[in-house]
Amino acid sequence: MNSPINASTTQWTTLCQQSDLVPHSGVAALHNSEQIALFYLPGETDQIFAVSNYDPVAKANVIARSLMGDIEGRLMIASPLYKQRYDLQSGECLDAEELRLKRWEVRLREGVVEVGGTC
Amino acid sequence: MTTQRSIPHNNLKPNLIVIGNGMVGHHFLQQLVESGAAEQWQVTVFCEEPRPAYDRVHLSAWFNGSSADELAMGTPELYREWGISVRIGDKAVAIDRDQQQVTATRGEQLPYDRLVLATGSYPFVPPMPGHDRKHCLVYRTLDDLAQIRSAAEGASRGVVVGGGLLGLEAAKALHDLGLETHVVEFAPRLMAVQLDEDGGELLRRKISELGVQVHTGKATELIDDGEQHLHRMNFADGESLETDLILFSAGIRPQDELARTSGLEVGERGGIVIDSQCRTSDPNIYAIGECALWNGRIFGLVAPGYSMAKVAAAEINGEGAAFTGADMSTRLKLLGVDVGSIGDAQGHTPGALSYRYSDEAAQTYRRIVVSEDRKTLLGAVLVGDNSLYDTLLQYALNGIELPAQPESLILPQSDSTAPLLGPDALPAEAIICSCLNVSKGQICNAIDNGAMTVADVKEVTRAASGCGGCGALLKSVVDNELEKRGVEVCTDLCEHFAHTREELYHIVRIEGIRSFQELISKHGRGLGCEVCKPTVGSILASCWNELITKTEHIGLQDTNDTFMANMQKNGTYSVVPRVPGGEITPDKLIVIGQVAKKYNLYTKITGGQRVDLFGAQLHELPDIWQMLIDAGFETGHAYGKSLRTVKSCVGSTWCRFGVQDSAGMAVALENRYKGLRAPHKIKFAVSGCTRECAEAQSKDIGVIATENGWNLYVCGNGGMKPRHADLFATDLDDGSLVRYIDRILMFYIRTADRLQRTSVWMDNLEGGLNYLRDVVINDSLQLADELENQMQQVISTYQCEWKATLDDPEKLKRFRTFVNDDSNDPQIITIQQRSQPRPA
Ligand SMILES: Cc1cc2nc3c(=O)[nH]c(=O)nc-3n(C[C@H](O)[C@H](O)[C@H](O)COP(=O)(O)OP(=O)(O)OC[C@H]3O[C@@H](n4cnc5c(N)ncnc54)[C@H](O)[C@@H]3O)c2cc1C
Ligand code: SF4
Ligand code: SF4
Repeated sequence: MNSPINASTTQWTTLCQQSDLVPHSGVAALHNSEQIALFYLPGETDQIFAVSNYDPVAKANVIARSLMGDIEGRLMIASPLYKQRYDLQSGECLDAEELRLKRWEVRLREGVVEVGGTC
Repeated sequence: MTTQRSIPHNNLKPNLIVIGNGMVGHHFLQQLVESGAAEQWQVTVFCEEPRPAYDRVHLSAWFNGSSADELAMGTPELYREWGISVRIGDKAVAIDRDQQQVTATRGEQLPYDRLVLATGSYPFVPPMPGHDRKHCLVYRTLDDLAQIRSAAEGASRGVVVGGGLLGLEAAKALHDLGLETHVVEFAPRLMAVQLDEDGGELLRRKISELGVQVHTGKATELIDDGEQHLHRMNFADGESLETDLILFSAGIRPQDELARTSGLEVGERGGIVIDSQCRTSDPNIYAIGECALWNGRIFGLVAPGYSMAKVAAAEINGEGAAFTGADMSTRLKLLGVDVGSIGDAQGHTPGALSYRYSDEAAQTYRRIVVSEDRKTLLGAVLVGDNSLYDTLLQYALNGIELPAQPESLILPQSDSTAPLLGPDALPAEAIICSCLNVSKGQICNAIDNGAMTVADVKEVTRAASGCGGCGALLKSVVDNELEKRGVEVCTDLCEHFAHTREELYHIVRIEGIRSFQELISKHGRGLGCEVCKPTVGSILASCWNELITKTEHIGLQDTNDTFMANMQKNGTYSVVPRVPGGEITPDKLIVIGQVAKKYNLYTKITGGQRVDLFGAQLHELPDIWQMLIDAGFETGHAYGKSLRTVKSCVGSTWCRFGVQDSAGMAVALENRYKGLRAPHKIKFAVSGCTRECAEAQSKDIGVIATENGWNLYVCGNGGMKPRHADLFATDLDDGSLVRYIDRILMFYIRTADRLQRTSVWMDNLEGGLNYLRDVVINDSLQLADELENQMQQVISTYQCEWKATLDDPEKLKRFRTFVNDDSNDPQIITIQQRSQPRPA
């Protein structure tokens, strides 16, 4: 559900194990020298989100250590240093229009977290 | 201290002299400044007391630790700012009305064009033989209180002569000073002016139960030597009572001496006669406050005095105004007992009818006096419960028509009970604050002009700054008006919880809720956010003290709590081990140095007397803590909304001035409260003597050693908005000190808003410091045991959360910079500065 792109064209690579994820929270992973922040919302269908770990305001790699929640029904994270909030599905910053976090396609397969292309 | 101008005064402006700098004299000056008139006059004030005006109404607070500074109303700085010359400690001794001059204590003569007498009153001491013996005192000025305190030292019993309002206040003071206290009243009942017989009787019962013995219908004839005690009081009925200390509170007499000697008209039984413009028989001289006699009446309360001050200021400013009498209703808490008296309390109005309700079980008494046609409320008496006071007062003051069954106003709550008068039912003219004469209409105006909070409204209208009795009513009017204007007074925590923090705290406690998921599924909606998650995380920690690293709590924590370290601007962390009281062994210091060296950490001494190590990456934290814990350190909670440090000086163990072991106390307190989570961080300090080297008066909890124990200060703050801490209690022994701190902190945790420091909490606490004292010291809410038990639970479940984390490999997994790679964050780069690393 995180991927608006036709799955058959995507190259999937293994990023980490599902057991590396922290429910209702984030972790960071390295992917081709880029830093990805992975957020995990367990539920009937587990949801995983992959956004850039780079905080454009703090200019530091801290997004994975954001707090996770929702606002008016939109899933969001709040950055740990200066508390900007970002929409987890779109990467848009809710507090500053011009900011947006880069996103990756991501999926869970048999206990393994796989990442696809950016979107 | 004062700037005395040379004589003759600046000739350009006419001279205005004010004699007396009490509450009313001060209010007059304030009115003069606010109306702009002060600039037209050269104003000089005679102030007999050794300090400028102070809040006499709250005089008794001095015994509970309020300092003279806290009671001060006027200060030399303020008067200087106002351009008014105040001659402190200078008594006006004569008025020459022909020459228009006032003579000062040292003979100096000052000319006046207008003169205002605000000389107040003095306590009446019945002239019985022996009334001037040693330790026979009165209760009127701060100096009197100092004398009472010193006379009480070494005394075991004290007697107050007079069972009126002031006498009972004085009795409370003696009681608080630890004396066996007696009240001797000439009349057959207490507070004969304000109460009726039944009310007076109930008050007597309640006061006796509190340990103050009441003797009514007793006329003292003679005071002479006692056998067990210093004095023996001999009564007309042949009985006697021995005592070490006597306080006369048998009424007040207007201070009209200057008026008499200068030939102004005075009343038969004293008081300077004034007309409705507050003018005396000499049109250049005004009299205001307790020295003035209007329509044959003296007004012994502050509110009428303030009205007179306002009238006189307007008159002198050339604006017409008139004093039209004043409402003498009073509401008080005497020795902790509510007492209210409104209007014609005793039903003297011809044709008046009364309704009475008395509940002997609950020990409350209510009486209303209504007009013959039962349409208007004339008066009321309340003892034991003042909750109806505001409503009844509004009925009486504003002539609001009574319900068909007037008794429904005072009957216990049932379907037929008349509802309390809501703020909406009040007309615009309704006086909300009678001390400052502020109407509901003025409050609405203030709000229309942008006042958004009770504090704003207070600032603009000065409502509730007199006796303070109208605070609750003011708040309900303001809230109601804001609501009507569509200003949402929304107290919801956030969109996920339609509750305040305090409500959530109670829900968690009462339902025994242990996790955020449970709370939000039962009492909230959605997933939570950066506001409610940390708030609930903190509440859960305060209540149950489970490890914040427990899986279900991890997602709740604020940035720093998540990894138990303080995130810095480049995403690295700083690490602060606990150093209780700032006391550290050389071995431990060396380990800190070794850790810093090994992990290339920038090292700095903090303001809380410990060492902060900056620049650790996430995956380095466990190794760093392993080293620290092996050396005997514990986590310092520098990352938490929790107890931070207890700063201290070395105290009596090393310092030549120290009177107690402040460092020892600091270590004990820090170890007791470490790990306690609260709405915000909490800082303590302990000083070994009044030189206060540990700066305890700027801390949430400040402790200062005295010869006899410890003085406890509360709710101070440094930081962005400094606040001087309030003196909460004096000369405590170790046990009481700890007990009070337990209760204060738990009460704060229970009632504060999220992220509210104790200083802001105190500023917003209804009833303020006195209320907190009541809760903590007098246990007025009967919570003390519960609060102590809850604190005990937190203390006994303490564990160092870093140690617990290191013992659990599953928990350590989170401390990885990357879950799929062991490398450092390549973007963290440091450079050297002053021989240490810092972010590039
Ligand atoms: C313990 C206590 C509790 C009280 N509680 C309440 C209450 O709950 N509610 C309430 O409404 N009222 C209360 N009152 C009464 C209230 O304090 C007085 O109504 C108010 O202080 C009167 O103000 P004033 O300025 O007229 O007189 P004061 O406050 O007495 O001031 C007069 C000042 O003038 C000075 N003075 C006199 N002669 C000279 C001179 N010749 N030259 C220079 N200075 C001179 C005096 O030294 C004094 O400082 C209480 C009073 C006391 C003592
Ligand atoms: S506060 Fe007193 S005891 Fe402590 S160091 Fe200062 S002077 Fe010494
Ligand atoms: S004063 Fe400002 S810059 Fe200094 S530590 Fe505090 S928040 Fe940071």
